[in-house]
Amino acid sequence: MKILVCISKTPDTTAKIAFTDNNTKFSEAGVQFIVNPYDEWYALVRALELKEATGATVHLVTVGGADTEPIIRKALALGGDEAFRINANSQDSYYIAAQIAALAAQQGYDLIFTGKETIDFNGSGIGGMVAELLQLPFVSIAAKFELNGNTATIRREIEGGEEVNQVTLPVVVSCQKGMAEARIPNMRGIMAARTKPLTVSEPVAADTLTSIVSFELPPAKAGVKLIPADNPAELVRLLHEEAKVI
Amino acid sequence: MSVLIFADQVEGVVKKSALEAIQYGSKVAQLLHTTASAIVLGAADDAALATLGNYGVTKVLHVAAPSLNEVDAAAYTHVIAEAAAQESADVLVFPFNFDGRAIAPRVAARLKAGLVTGAISLPDLAGGFVVKKNVFSGKAFASVNITSATKVVAVMPNTFALEPSGLTAEVVNFNTSIPPAKVKVLQREVISGEVPLSEATLVVSGGRGLKGPENWGLVEDLAKALGATTACSRPVADAGWRPHHEHVGQTGLAIRPNLYIAIGISGAIQHLAGVNGSKVIVVINKDPEAPFFKAADYGIVGDAFEVVPKITEAVKALQ
Ligand SMILES: Cc1cc2nc3c(=O)[nH]c(=O)nc-3n(C[C@H](O)[C@H](O)[C@H](O)COP(=O)(O)OP(=O)(O)OC[C@H]3O[C@@H](n4cnc5c(N)ncnc54)[C@H](O)[C@@H]3O)c2cc1C
Ligand SMILES: Nc1ncnc2c1ncn2[C@@H]1O[C@H](COP(=O)(O)O)[C@@H](O)[C@H]1O
Repeated sequence: MKILVCISKTPDTTAKIAFTDNNTKFSEAGVQFIVNPYDEWYALVRALELKEATGATVHLVTVGGADTEPIIRKALALGGDEAFRINANSQDSYYIAAQIAALAAQQGYDLIFTGKETIDFNGSGIGGMVAELLQLPFVSIAAKFELNGNTATIRREIEGGEEVNQVTLPVVVSCQKGMAEARIPNMRGIMAARTKPLTVSEPVAADTLTSIVSFELPPAKAGVKLIPADNPAELVRLLHEEAKVI
Repeated sequence: MSVLIFADQVEGVVKKSALEAIQYGSKVAQLLHTTASAIVLGAADDAALATLGNYGVTKVLHVAAPSLNEVDAAAYTHVIAEAAAQESADVLVFPFNFDGRAIAPRVAARLKAGLVTGAISLPDLAGGFVVKKNVFSGKAFASVNITSATKVVAVMPNTFALEPSGLTAEVVNFNTSIPPAKVKVLQREVISGEVPLSEATLVVSGGRGLKGPENWGLVEDLAKALGATTACSRPVADAGWRPHHEHVGQTGLAIRPNLYIAIGISGAIQHLAGVNGSKVIVVINKDPEAPFFKAADYGIVGDAFEVVPKITEAVKALQ
């Protein structure tokens, strides 16, 4: 069995969000970059658990410039077998999905895992697009994934509850919390990652269908209005009469 | 040219986030001087669907096939793409809810349409088709131009208040081929009687400050008095004090209620990422230095175990 895990590079969750170049570029000054948490903690770790249970091969793919290599090495250190970097910088979901789909079409995977979303772009788009481009079934926002031979049983989140789905491989699944427990790479993994194959290839031709025009920060809050602890009724009055939310 | 809006339903009731998408799509149609229709898949009462006219559509396409009662992203995509072709739709609008997340990207790829998810503004047509969306988990916004001929927009729930007009729509049965679903639904569990967190306008949330699951009556009583939905911080869900679907934040659900009341939650940046789109934030924390106060509109520095029951009483007194 062959599994592909889609890995993206995102700023650390505590990174200060600021923009440069007239609010058209994310300011990378002082920012630490990480493997997108959904990709690492849930998609990749669940794939590694399946590898341990079934002997599957785990491939990683990232669409990005040379600056994404530390990220992909980190993912290899956790236990991926082989990585692919498609050398393109794009923020358009369709373009990225087309690259991943082209690799997948060439390699042939039984399972493709993505994260639920990237924590910078919050697109939640690439998994579904890859599935459509490959004409595969897609299960989104999976919180649990069990495999029995060729049949996957997947628990996924829906409004105010959960649903259990069943599907025959191959399938594309977007992953969230619940799929697996986060792991920390060990020294052996880090050493091994240095020599694992990382193939860099040039992108296939694909259209870019969106472009980011500018960024902005939300308006600053006016400041908190504190209400004395011995007068909670005043809070309720303010919510009713001033904020008009209750 | 027209606008087509996908409206998902559960047991014949169109979701609130889908109504918001319908209203959004109808406004886009006005901006583009064209018409808007909605499409509803699976069993639903046509008389009920006619009321979708309330939100600006003149026509509702209904595909009543029972095989569509369960959502399969691939089968839904096929049907929606067929409807888009029939209607010559060049803008497709989805709610950015769970179904929307599964289907909108597939439809976008099928139609080779640029996709913006989590839209929080109508398109600005002056410089193309520019839609504002949340990025960095609500810590910033991006204005994104969709440059392709066909466009797909998935609208952030709880962002556009509904303004029912009292008009009705014409309901038309739409006949098309339906591919067999590859994904089978074995089981579904939905907590009934509560507004789902993703659609809730009032939310009461608890953190580690509440000490243990045995104290959640505090949160639940206030939520009940308000008619609110309950939520929690991540460690609370991780510890099994509360179900995972209540977890809000960077790695949980991102919500945008009118009112978010945070009880015994410190306000870590990853927590704020999921709730900072709330219109009004109330923080109750015994530590005046808790970072959450910086993001709050109203706050009480005090012991939740003393303060919250009094708030609940005051809410009851108001009604
Ligand atoms: C990558 C990453 C992703 C994360 N994603 C999320 C996420 O999605 N959601 C999330 O919530 N967290 C997330 N976290 C965790 C986050 O950093 C915090 O650890 C977490 O939010 C803290 O939860 P808490 O506020 O409930 O607990 P604590 O930080 O322990 O805060 C408890 C608060 O309760 C107050 N308190 C104590 N007793 C009382 C009392 N009697 N009355 C009133 N107040 C009291 C304390 O003063 C304190 O402020 C993430 C972390 C990382 C690294
Ligand atoms: N540049 C990229 N390279 C590889 N995979 C990606 C890339 N961007 C996003 N993904 C994958 O697609 C998922 C959803 O991303 P998005 O649609 O951008 O929110 C991520 O969690 C990743 O698994």
